Amino acid sequence: MNVLSTCAASACQQAVCRALCSVVTKGNIVGVPVGTHPYHKFEIMKWNGWGYSDSRFLFNKKGQAEFTGKRYRLSGMIIPGLKDWFEGTFGANLQHKTPPTPLLTNTAVPPATLNEAFVEEVKSTGIPFSHDAEDRVFRAHGHCLHEIFALREGKIGRVPDMVVWPSCHNDVVKIVQLACKHNVCLMPYGGGTSVSSALECPPEETRSIVSLDTSQMNRILWIDEKNLTAHVEAGIVGQDLERLLNESGYCTGHEPDSMEFSSLGGWVATRASGMKKNIYGNIEDLVVHIKMVTPQGVIEKSCQGPRMSTGPDIHHFIMGSEGTLGVVTEVTMKIRPMPEYQKYGSVVFPNFEQGVACLREVAKQRCAPASIRLMDNEQFKFGHALKPQVSSIFTSFLDGLKKFYITKFKGFDPNHLCVATLLFEGNREKVLQHEKQVYDIAAKFGGLAAGEDNGQRGYMLTFVIAYLRDLGMDYYVIGESFETSVPWDRVLDICRNVKARIIRECKDKGVQFPPLSTCRVTQTYDAGACVYFYFAFNYRGLSDPVHVYEQVEHAAREEILANGGSLSHHHGVGKLRKEWMRDTISNVGMGMLKSVKDYVDPNNIFGNRNLL
Amino acid sequence: MTSSSQYKDSGRAGLEDVDEFVDILEERRRSSDLGYAFRTFNPQPYKGAPSCSTADLNKAVLESQYLSYMAKEIAMETGSSVEEVREEVCGILEEMSQNLQLGFIRMMAYTLSKVFKRLFTSILVNMEGLNMLQQAVQESPVILMPNHRSYMDFLAISYILFTYDIPVPVIAAGIPLAGMKMVGEILRRSGAFFIRRAIGSDKLYWAVLSEYVKTIVRRGFAPVEFYVEGLRSRTLKSLLPKLGMMHMVLEPFFKGEVYDITLVPISISYDRVLEESLLAHELLGVPKPKESTTGLLKATKVLQENYGSMHVNFGRPLSVRQLCHGKINRCQFNLVPRDLPQQPSAEAQACVSWLAHLMVRIQEEGLLISPWSLMACMLLQAPTTVLTEEGLLWHQLTEKTLWLRKLALDFGARLNWPGQVPDSDVISSTVALHCSVVQRKAGRVYLVQENEPLRKCPISPEDGVIRMAAPLLMLASYRNQSMHVFVRPAMLATAIRVTESTQRDELFSFFCFLQDVFSNEFIFIPGKSPQDFEEACVLLKKCGAVNFSQQEVMVLDAGSEVLSFLQALLQPFIDSYQVMFRYLCEEGVHVLSEKQFLPAVRNLATELILSGELCTYEALSSDMQKNVLSALRRLEAVTKLRASEQNEYRVNKAAVRRIGDILSRKIPPQMLQTTPDARL
Repeated sequence: MNVLSTCAASACQQAVCRALCSVVTKGNIVGVPVGTHPYHKFEIMKWNGWGYSDSRFLFNKKGQAEFTGKRYRLSGMIIPGLKDWFEGTFGANLQHKTPPTPLLTNTAVPPATLNEAFVEEVKSTGIPFSHDAEDRVFRAHGHCLHEIFALREGKIGRVPDMVVWPSCHNDVVKIVQLACKHNVCLMPYGGGTSVSSALECPPEETRSIVSLDTSQMNRILWIDEKNLTAHVEAGIVGQDLERLLNESGYCTGHEPDSMEFSSLGGWVATRASGMKKNIYGNIEDLVVHIKMVTPQGVIEKSCQGPRMSTGPDIHHFIMGSEGTLGVVTEVTMKIRPMPEYQKYGSVVFPNFEQGVACLREVAKQRCAPASIRLMDNEQFKFGHALKPQVSSIFTSFLDGLKKFYITKFKGFDPNHLCVATLLFEGNREKVLQHEKQVYDIAAKFGGLAAGEDNGQRGYMLTFVIAYLRDLGMDYYVIGESFETSVPWDRVLDICRNVKARIIRECKDKGVQFPPLSTCRVTQTYDAGACVYFYFAFNYRGLSDPVHVYEQVEHAAREEILANGGSLSHHHGVGKLRKEWMRDTISNVGMGMLKSVKDYVDPNNIFGNRNLL
Repeated sequence: MTSSSQYKDSGRAGLEDVDEFVDILEERRRSSDLGYAFRTFNPQPYKGAPSCSTADLNKAVLESQYLSYMAKEIAMETGSSVEEVREEVCGILEEMSQNLQLGFIRMMAYTLSKVFKRLFTSILVNMEGLNMLQQAVQESPVILMPNHRSYMDFLAISYILFTYDIPVPVIAAGIPLAGMKMVGEILRRSGAFFIRRAIGSDKLYWAVLSEYVKTIVRRGFAPVEFYVEGLRSRTLKSLLPKLGMMHMVLEPFFKGEVYDITLVPISISYDRVLEESLLAHELLGVPKPKESTTGLLKATKVLQENYGSMHVNFGRPLSVRQLCHGKINRCQFNLVPRDLPQQPSAEAQACVSWLAHLMVRIQEEGLLISPWSLMACMLLQAPTTVLTEEGLLWHQLTEKTLWLRKLALDFGARLNWPGQVPDSDVISSTVALHCSVVQRKAGRVYLVQENEPLRKCPISPEDGVIRMAAPLLMLASYRNQSMHVFVRPAMLATAIRVTESTQRDELFSFFCFLQDVFSNEFIFIPGKSPQDFEEACVLLKKCGAVNFSQQEVMVLDAGSEVLSFLQALLQPFIDSYQVMFRYLCEEGVHVLSEKQFLPAVRNLATELILSGELCTYEALSSDMQKNVLSALRRLEAVTKLRASEQNEYRVNKAAVRRIGDILSRKIPPQMLQTTPDARL
């Protein structure tokens, strides 16, 4: 076992916290957090948009798009093509702005309903807590469009009445006991990146709602190099987990697009999926042991056997429970030595059909690289528009040459071609071999290798794309993404039909401009694929754009289900997709889940009302 | 239109105004046909659909997962090898497949320009419908669904589409056409694919055909055209829709293989049908000549005559997605491979049947009623002797026709009545156009009887009946062109007369009974009887014949003329059906085959006509005879013998008698229990 320095640091931080703990107001908690996420997240993160406060897209005085800050590769760069794409795609205009309400006004926040007895007892445990408006508002939402839209308008609904920051498993046990004792509603909060309305406080909840923020439970408790596992507190966010493991030469390889902000506990609670699951697996493949605190006590297995035949796997009651049963506090996860070599790549296909056929073949031969994603033509164009300004004439000359080769020489129609981005990992020799295998398959489907740069940029964009929505919202454009999983034979049909449905519904609902309706295939499996849809439109002329948006998304989900797609591949159900649960898992299935909930949490202490 | 407003909820919209019709032959009479045939033809197909060669299409069909499942299944059942079955599939496909080629389209366009100009005064097309079609073709796969009254139908549609730069369709045609020398090949290259008649239980054939059709729909490179009625209507009345093809074209939508499918009902109305006399003879049991090229050449004498105008009305394109909303659960294919051969679910069958019936109804509503059809209604109500011997007074016919024109307009019919010409001229020119059926002599109108070559022996009375029957059946067919306008009020009028009741529920029961008995004669959408009844009430009220409330339908004094006209309109059907019921109830008839039934009924009817007991000649029509059998089968008064290969039936005399008795008022209407709708 290897006890890390982090542990020591965390322990130290814990001590600092303890010393200051009974204090409630902002500013009094001073500890320097080891993790990325401080107590008061709004100090470094936007309260009404995505990500870090210092990083955002904007159109500068010359009308050029740029990305601010220093955190990302794109930071500080000019993106010359974005304005034209933005205006052309959405019919948007830089003159027509819809800026957000700049500051959160405390008067807009409903006063906290505190359960005094509970507050008193929490105070006596020394666990930090707060009922500051900012803290509460920050934990009252995920990143669904309607949630962010409301925040930008300064509209605040029901928010938690109080936030508590447990810093270890035992803190959680205490909080849950107190919550049961005083009948308060607990809502676990990890990274806050939910896109399923899972963090919305049920408006009908009359009890005091306490947001249980796991962000301070962020230590790696041990690493077991013999078995290649790590025991980690569930509040750690993805980027910290990877960074800390990397320091010891390891990684988990679990990289959901939200990994900068989302937490390990959140991944477990929603059945998350990572970009590189082809090598490392999804969360259910990665966990070896889970500890969860429920109103009935702590649930965990007695050993770390890699597989067991002991009845239904209790981990599967926990994974995907979306905070309805308890709080995941500690997880033992598989780790891997850091890959020796990484290589990006990309392939251009003459059309989407060929691209899908290629991915299907790659899956059939079970030779998928760490990541393989296929973007449709609209996304290809979008990706193109996000190319930063190139510094040298040579690069732009090369780009021109590439374009000429593909469209003129190879005869690809720029309005049909699509691109797959690839990421290979492993030892150098094997990566090169693997790369050749994949490119050979691609060639059979008319695919042309299109370089590492395009591939790398594609993956970099996944981290900044969420920032783009905020830019859109500054100019009357709203949008969102949603996902599904579907058998291979239906991939093309579902992509076509859902995109068409979105366009049709927008038209029917009075959207004045053609929407952006695009998709990509982001994961391959033996028996199917994960498909992501992006959908955005210019809402000028609509009186209730969010309602229109929701109606269209609802219709799109209906279309997904009618085409044999699943309700969700990894976003989860939350409250947004609850209405389809019964049809999805059958009456008996619902009954099973309900009976588990009834046993584990008879008083609905974990009352976020997700899932069921 | 009253009738169409009722179906608006199902996404259908009737054409509110009679559209602007444009004569497409006008341009042809002014400019070069050759230049027209060789002009740039640049249609915009369904977006994203690349053109698809015959070889590609056939390859896709052959390699389909569905056919590979089927081949295995059939090989298992028959004990032959999969390779053998596959070879059979290739053979079927070769016989079936179209080979659409632009060169042949051009040749057809050239030839047809010549032919059409000779045959027709004008070919009138509604531009609005055509424009909508042009748009629709780019958005989803399109299914063209014309009614079928003449061999000219599909030629005309391809011709019009070529003229207006719309992708020419691939067309489901009957296999006999393929057998014609040269012509078969020309049709094939103009986009026809050929379907065998009486496929019956030939599983492999069904499978190949359905995969072929579905592949064309999925690819969307050309519209698919087929006749939902299945056959050319011998009686110029709509036929019960066939559901096989309809299933095939709709399935790609049900299974999510296309986003949507657009159905375009097309109503073709002829002033005078080329095949009129041929049809009448076929109905009388003179067999249809086999389609052959020499036969076609012989038929060139029809080219010498004038056939007036032809109206082609392109209906509003209908989205299957919208029509089927809430009627089909597309999730039903989530748990099995979509290629797996499966029986369609009950839900899918009901939906397809409903859609097929709806299409027929919309086709009917798009028809243009000619003055001649109205005159035929009136002529048939005159006693036969008047038509043959005394002659009908010209001014009387004129008056009555004009009266009927008003009634038809009240009922929302679309008339093809020239506006700028005095009515008397319209009537004269109409009679002139139909000199093969009626003649005007000295202020009177007479039926034209066939000029048989002089025979050695005098003709028998029975032969006399047949001679008389031909023009009368022609007349009946022309009357049928407007039956759909009158049939619902006519059934209500009949119900009023037979039941002598004013109670709405009693009238409704009898109305439903009539719909059931005549469900092969007149097409009603399954399950819509209440709406049909409501429509009948509204129309009769509109023309001042009745008043109605929630409980009652009261006849108004002013309504007697309308009501008796409507009753008389339906009477030939009732009388003919009674003759056939009577035959079936005769002693000695227990088991009969279709082959026996037709001549036997013909003999009985001839006898009754000669004795003066039967006034209508329509009982002689083989179509009506077959319709009776089908209706009785569905009402379970006759049952088909399972073991029989020659369509043998067992008759339940009591049941047949009961139906006849209700129809002739021998069983009081109060006794009539509403029969559960057997057509669903």
